[in-house]
Amino acid sequence: MSTLELRVAQRTESGFYLDIDTAFPLRGVTALLGASASGKTSVLDCIAGLRKDLRAALLRCGEVVWQDRRRHTPPWERRVGYVFQDARLFPHLSVAGNLRYAESRAGEPGLAREQVLRWLDLAALLTRLPATLSAGQQQRVAIARALLRNPRLLLLDEPLANLDRPAAAEILRCLGLVSRESGLPMIYVSHQIEEVCAIADHLVLLEAGAIRAQGPLLDMAGRVDTRLAEDEAAAAILRVEAGAYDARYRLMELRVEGQSLWVSAAAAAHRRLRIPARDVSVCRERARGSSILNILETRIVEMREISPAHCVLRLSLGEQHLLARITCRSRDELALQVGERLFAQIKSTALLAAR
Amino acid sequence: MLLSPAEWQAVALTLRLAAVSTLILMAVGTPLAWWLAHRRGSLAALVEALVALPLILPPTVLGFYLLIALAPGTPVGAFWEFATGRQLAFSFPALVIGSVIYSLPFVVQPLRQAFLAIPQSLRDAAATLGAGPRDQFLSLVLPLCARRFVVAASLGFAHTLGEFGVILMIGGNIPGETQVLSILLFEHVEAMEYGRANRLASGLVAFSLVLLFLLYRKHGWRIGP
Repeated sequence: MSTLELRVAQRTESGFYLDIDTAFPLRGVTALLGASASGKTSVLDCIAGLRKDLRAALLRCGEVVWQDRRRHTPPWERRVGYVFQDARLFPHLSVAGNLRYAESRAGEPGLAREQVLRWLDLAALLTRLPATLSAGQQQRVAIARALLRNPRLLLLDEPLANLDRPAAAEILRCLGLVSRESGLPMIYVSHQIEEVCAIADHLVLLEAGAIRAQGPLLDMAGRVDTRLAEDEAAAAILRVEAGAYDARYRLMELRVEGQSLWVSAAAAAHRRLRIPARDVSVCRERARGSSILNILETRIVEMREISPAHCVLRLSLGEQHLLARITCRSRDELALQVGERLFAQIKSTALLAAR
Repeated sequence: MLLSPAEWQAVALTLRLAAVSTLILMAVGTPLAWWLAHRRGSLAALVEALVALPLILPPTVLGFYLLIALAPGTPVGAFWEFATGRQLAFSFPALVIGSVIYSLPFVVQPLRQAFLAIPQSLRDAAATLGAGPRDQFLSLVLPLCARRFVVAASLGFAHTLGEFGVILMIGGNIPGETQVLSILLFEHVEAMEYGRANRLASGLVAFSLVLLFLLYRKHGWRIGP
């Protein structure tokens, strides 16, 4: 598989040491997740070639070397699309003018203009000036503009940061569509776990300028040994198959490793289910007389104390894993041991768009 | 008409001097302002101070040193005579050189401010869209600064019209060559022809006022669309 290889080790202007030697898959969406000032944007700027003070020892996109000890391909020759936190549309050009700016410099023809306009639903906005657009519309134009540059790789730096929830959800939906239909590899920077779960295939955890862990999103989400598990929004993601539909209660059955979950959904287009660790409780016996609908039989494979008050359990369903966050007191009162059989009671779930 | 042939000649010469000087000012001032907007350090500060010097020096000081620098025996003067066969001091080209130096701050400072107002973030975006530095300047900086270019050119033009001290020192008073409006006005006053002086002076006041009024009303010193 083609990869983006990046080796950089140096102190940045903002003072921390960036120390990275890695290869990201050039396929699907790779999410860089980290707190602010963990070096996420520095990594993107380094890939785009925007920071002269940041010199990678090696930056190779597929077979093309963009930077090494001798060479530095300037940003305008790298064929990298960059969507910034602020849309950065050119204020003197209309939406169509902004798109043409990218198209006329794209070199060889890439994605079809009509298709890009359809993905991002821009047909009605072409004559408008950027100042008259909402933040969400501006960001959609910025994504279309980056796509029309005909990039080999699309970089996105917290593209939802300035948007309200509906606008952010719309952008995420558009990005998912673009990723599926264009096959263009994307590197997506964020500090929001929910956002990353909704879009990413591959997850990279960045902390203080270094990569702490990386891997496929589903594997990463089910681990307890990363910073991810400590987060309030920590959640496992399960691959599920659609089963029966209960028309009376409007519930959809989802099959996971021989067991069933029921969720309120009409369509079976979703294949991934996100289950927050804080919404999973555990029980020695299958509860009776409970309002909780979804109870899965699991086995404890790992326990980790994330604070004096809380610990996170990694619960095996077979191949896949659930996370449960419980208090340390409950753990001690139940005298939980690794290897024990437990019933996981699931209070809430969220279906994720198909990928 | 109200003006004598000599006075019309002075008007034409003044406008020609202002037009030629403005063209050269824009050609020299634009890259200089760009350089000053993107450089920090002692060298940039020194260049900026040199450019601003005409704002505070008496024009006669500048004119005096120019006169010495452009005299026939100096390298500049000698080269000019070798290249064109004519003397540089007390000629129209000498006036142009003086005007350009004298009006430089009026062009460079507004342009530098305009360039500083273009965020680096927009130029980064242009770079990732495939625009190199020259492309970025033509496709982004120039249109975003268009109004400031008009302001800078107008100020350079207007300021050249009002020049006196430098021209008196390096141009003398040769009709058709170096006798511009301000010099002719001075001559009228010396000859106690106050009526004639008043016609020229009031004409200059009216023209400059209209120019500045249009400039401030239309552009208000702001940048952007």
